[in-house]
Amino acid sequence: MIEVKNLAVSYSGLKQKNTALQNVSLTVPQGTVCAVIGPSGCGKSTLLKVIAGLITDFAGQVRINGGEVSPKKLRIGFMPQNYGLLPWQTVADNIRLACRIKDGWTEARAAKMEALCQKLGIEDLLSRYPQELSGGQQQRVSLARVFLLEPDILLMDEPFSALDAITREEMQDVFRDLWEEAGITTILVTHYVEEALYLGQQIVLMAGGQSGGTVAEVMENKWQGSRAWKTTTEFFAKSQELKEKIKAMGARQS
Amino acid sequence: MRNKSKVVLRAYLFGVLFLLLLWQLTAALVQLPIIPEPSLVFERLGQIFADKIAVHAAYSLWRIFAGILLAVLVGYPLGIIMGYFSKADRYLAPLVYLTYPIPKIALLPILMLLAGIGELSKIIMIFLIVVFQIVVALRDGIRAIPAETYYPLYSLGARFRQVFRYILVPATLPNFITAIRVAMATAVSVLFFTETFGTQYGMGYFIMDAWLRVNYLEMYTGIVILSLMGLFLFGLLDILEARLCRWQMK
Ligand SMILES: Nc1ncnc2c1ncn2[C@@H]1O[C@H](COP(=O)(O)OP(=O)(O)O)[C@@H](O)[C@H]1O
Ligand SMILES: [Mg+2]
Repeated sequence: MIEVKNLAVSYSGLKQKNTALQNVSLTVPQGTVCAVIGPSGCGKSTLLKVIAGLITDFAGQVRINGGEVSPKKLRIGFMPQNYGLLPWQTVADNIRLACRIKDGWTEARAAKMEALCQKLGIEDLLSRYPQELSGGQQQRVSLARVFLLEPDILLMDEPFSALDAITREEMQDVFRDLWEEAGITTILVTHYVEEALYLGQQIVLMAGGQSGGTVAEVMENKWQGSRAWKTTTEFFAKSQELKEKIKAMGARQS
Repeated sequence: MRNKSKVVLRAYLFGVLFLLLLWQLTAALVQLPIIPEPSLVFERLGQIFADKIAVHAAYSLWRIFAGILLAVLVGYPLGIIMGYFSKADRYLAPLVYLTYPIPKIALLPILMLLAGIGELSKIIMIFLIVVFQIVVALRDGIRAIPAETYYPLYSLGARFRQVFRYILVPATLPNFITAIRVAMATAVSVLFFTETFGTQYGMGYFIMDAWLRVNYLEMYTGIVILSLMGLFLFGLLDILEARLCRWQMK
């Protein structure tokens, strides 16, 4: 479970403080996916960095499974916007990296890694370097890394945004399959309404602004994860409704 | 791979031929004993090397190796610390900037007074000049690492030892190898100067001595050997780089 209460974050610029988040509260129940959606610059990445323990200078409360944010004690699966692969490591070493850092590499993991890579269709890419992969392939490698880690929480920053539409939908399905098996508490940042509706059990709508981004609305989304759901008229209607909301927010800001 | 090494070999052959041609042309034009024809030099190259130059080459190589090793032992950690810990850099950078531009060769008399005119002062001189190049290369290499590169490790609670191993070392390796390359070239020219004092050994000594004895054949043999030594060292580094920085190769 992830609980955020009255979170405020500001970056210290050259001349003045720049508030990125203000009064942000949200709760992600154990074993659910929370999709965070909002315009660019509203502080989505900042929110994830706080929960991942990368930003420690903040006001308010963040608790993970009842305890403080602690990258040392917790197993945090963090997928940054650019996939976070190390260019000097092969695909295999990149996948092993998280486990290596956390508990050292054991042969017990090797079998699981093999199965994961097979499922993700990257078993033939293991000796390549990240720059020899397509965006979708890098994405799969990054997914293999976090799911191999078996994290307490999973934080994904616009994981599918850089992919073309077809690959994106494919990767959403890949993620959904992996997630259903593992059931990890997840925050998924996206700027695609359809992605939020397809993958999130809860949708958090964020709004930007002069005084920092905040949570504008929290919606339950009971349809999480069903492929058929994507083809219904209700799905279409809901995504239109969400888009209108986001547009209206943008109009209010400017 | 096979093909690639063939291409490289051809390029080297071409370079050698080009230089020889240039040399031959100059010799033919000038027609003075100070520029002997290359064929004369190469005729006796093997023999002069075995009889006279080998020991000098060994001395020079040893000094280059010791000086650069010392510079790496000091400069590598210093560069890493300055690049990674901005607080340390704040205090160390002025020190480095103030001492870097001092022409170290000008300190040679003092150095010889303190460390003697023998082996030690020659190695320290190389160290003094080369250590700065290594510090700056490492520090700038670390500064060029984007902040996001660290995220996967930081979010896993990685220790410094792990950040060092998985990020700092590999990310700075290309810079480091370039610095060693520059350091070797620098060391050779430094040696050429320092080996004219207080020693009977070294390529610098041999070439200057041959010149003073007006033995141009030996002098040119020395120069050719020096050039071959450079080829060998640079080639070694190229191979090392290809092995270690495979991720960067296109
Ligand atoms: N390192 C930083 N230094 C200063 N300001 C930053 C930094 N990172 C982000 N910001 C600012 O904080 C705000 C939120 O950024 P971010 O969290 O990246 O938004 P999003 O991910 O929603 O696009 C933006 O106004 C951005 O300019
Ligand atoms: Mg972002």
